[in-house]
Amino acid sequence: MRWVSTLAKQGAAGLRLLLVLTVLLGVVYPLVVWGIGQLPGLRDKADGSVVTLDGRAVGAQLIGVDPVDPNAKADPTNDRYFHTRPSALSQDALGPGDPSTSGASNLSADNPKLIDLIKKRQQEIAAREGVPIGQIPADAVQASASGLDPDISPAYAELQVRRVARVNGLSEQQVERIVEATTSGRAAGALGEPTVNVLALNLAVLAAKH
Amino acid sequence: MKSDTWAGLSQVALLLVALAVVYRPLGGYLAHVYTSARHWKVERLVYRLVRVDPDSEQRWSTYARGVLGFSFVSVVLLYLLQRLQTVLPLGLGRPEITPSVAFNTAVSFVTNTNWQSYVPETAFGHLVQMAGLTVQNFVSAAVGMAVAVAVIRGFVRAGTDRLGNVWVDITRGVIRVLLPLSLVFAVLLIGLGVVDSLSAGVAVTGIDGAQHTIALAPAASQEAIKELGTNGGGVFNANSAHPFENPNAWTNQVEIFLVLVIPVSLTRTFGLMVGDRRQGHAILSVMALLWGGMLAVIWWAEAHPNGPAALLAGAGMEGKETRFGVPSSALFADSTTGTSTGAVNAAHDSLSGLGGGGAMLNMLFSEISPGGVGTGIYSILVFAVVAVFLAGLMVGRTPEYLGKKLGRKEVTMASIAMLAMPTLVLVMAGIAVVLPATAGALTNFGAHGLSEVLYAYASTANNNGSAFAGITVTSDWFQSTLGVAMALGRFIPILAVLCLAGGLAVQKKVPLSAGTLPTSGPLFVSMVAGTVLLVAALTFVPALALGPIAEALS
Repeated sequence: MRWVSTLAKQGAAGLRLLLVLTVLLGVVYPLVVWGIGQLPGLRDKADGSVVTLDGRAVGAQLIGVDPVDPNAKADPTNDRYFHTRPSALSQDALGPGDPSTSGASNLSADNPKLIDLIKKRQQEIAAREGVPIGQIPADAVQASASGLDPDISPAYAELQVRRVARVNGLSEQQVERIVEATTSGRAAGALGEPTVNVLALNLAVLAAKH
Repeated sequence: MKSDTWAGLSQVALLLVALAVVYRPLGGYLAHVYTSARHWKVERLVYRLVRVDPDSEQRWSTYARGVLGFSFVSVVLLYLLQRLQTVLPLGLGRPEITPSVAFNTAVSFVTNTNWQSYVPETAFGHLVQMAGLTVQNFVSAAVGMAVAVAVIRGFVRAGTDRLGNVWVDITRGVIRVLLPLSLVFAVLLIGLGVVDSLSAGVAVTGIDGAQHTIALAPAASQEAIKELGTNGGGVFNANSAHPFENPNAWTNQVEIFLVLVIPVSLTRTFGLMVGDRRQGHAILSVMALLWGGMLAVIWWAEAHPNGPAALLAGAGMEGKETRFGVPSSALFADSTTGTSTGAVNAAHDSLSGLGGGGAMLNMLFSEISPGGVGTGIYSILVFAVVAVFLAGLMVGRTPEYLGKKLGRKEVTMASIAMLAMPTLVLVMAGIAVVLPATAGALTNFGAHGLSEVLYAYASTANNNGSAFAGITVTSDWFQSTLGVAMALGRFIPILAVLCLAGGLAVQKKVPLSAGTLPTSGPLFVSMVAGTVLLVAALTFVPALALGPIAEALS
């Protein structure tokens, strides 16, 4: 019985400590961090790095949502956009995910479902870009972990240059330059992988057209 | 060598340099925090509000009841916060949380596991995220450190039955260590692009005219303590793969650093407290050997995937983010499973057979490379005790460690602490795989399907929290048994090591003699590492052979 009464006594002290710490760590701390995040210089990042075009929010720099060109339905080669990686949040093999949530396919490399999906993506991309399947980089046909990967590999951007230039009435050199300017190398030359931000690519193409 | 291999190695080197730089100051500071006789003013205020005497010390059993009582009321409060989210403020109109999700999540965050059976950005409002989950991110880590320090005191002290004051240890861990560091790193993470917003989301109209809502959350404040406290519960479903939690290679490096920094530095604290820094170096060496070894395995496996899908695509990028690629994903996977973190920046279910198996084995080592905040050091001390005991058997001497005799009681307690996790994993996963409903809960089949089940129990019983997330765990069976695995996997070892420490503290110190086994050299390091490998091999080889090993070889 003494065991139980000590446990109850310790539990009561624990409850009082928990309530004190809830105020400190669950109210004061997150609000202080939020407040600091609202200071100029941090605020844009804290609020999601939203990108605007003519005063309208068109997306977040960090969030990749595949743009859909209605003309591409009839003729996939007539698609004006650079495309993101596949998203596990999309109903289709390719196409936009849903940024109100996030997630991966969780398919293993020996799952027939994943093998079929990759084959389907390879065919669709080969048809869209007019290239043999062997030229398609791995990131173009495999879904990201978040379903919202904002980046593609430089190889996948390169693969889309010819089509984007043709459909938008730009020269391939112009679009090449856009890809080059948008490509980020490894941080400090060592961290992570080289990437190209898809929203930035498409916005730069839009700007070049005007 | 290829340029990306060089880049990856430079990344590892940069991480090790950063850890080496803070090792001495942070390890020393932690030792000071837990040995200083002075209380800060704000701490005195806390003790007055809580009505405890900070200068009284407790026996192991009272200390243990403090840990249990505190954790129990934490589970109750977190359960209620979730269940009442629809009537409390800041719920953002998000739906009612079912009892099974609320139970599982409450146990999960209180035990420092942070296993998630829900989609955070659609399930929880800000009140649960802040006043519930963020608080447990802090205090579950502080409890881990408190237990670790109490165990170290057991080795240090002699002729006393007192191990310290649990309320003082928890309070100091929060106020002097976790809170200031989290504050600094939360702001740094915002500066690097992590979001921290009280809005539920932002509506955008894409360049193609499509309407989307992008989810937002008070992420940075939780992200910092999520990594620093080796918690690992994502503010978003994709966890540290979500660009708002981990937007670039710099934040990735910072998050890996945060995961490792306290467990690594605590070996310095241990060395300082026992009065022989080489003892801490020996323990750190075992951790580093296992961490480095498993990093090599996971990295190599992901760079040379042999699954048919990866071969068809040309590389294993399924479930990986472009900005991280193979080396940064492998480094994260190794560090998150070697600690009790469980945050992920890649989908572990889509790792190769060997890579995913490596992540699982890292947890099945009892998470000691370098282990969770506090839990890592007390778990590896258990292996050290067992290693010394085995060595004593071989030469026929009474084993001693750090001047304490290891008798029957000590070895029994160490064995209970060591074998609780394997028992939970094998029994529960064994039952789960024969249940007919389990097949319907899996995304993948064959050997990989078994791995999904095994990984779930390995993760929960070790309080890790990462998942082969293709498994659907919303059935009452999974919610309850995974919850029980988390609770028993946390508290059985805690009770055993506190009991062990209580016995050690009463003992007098045994003077060193010519026959004492030195516990700071390479021989001892290899003995402890060997014990870890042997125990894992003896318990898990059959299960692993049917899962990840079968997949890797096919």
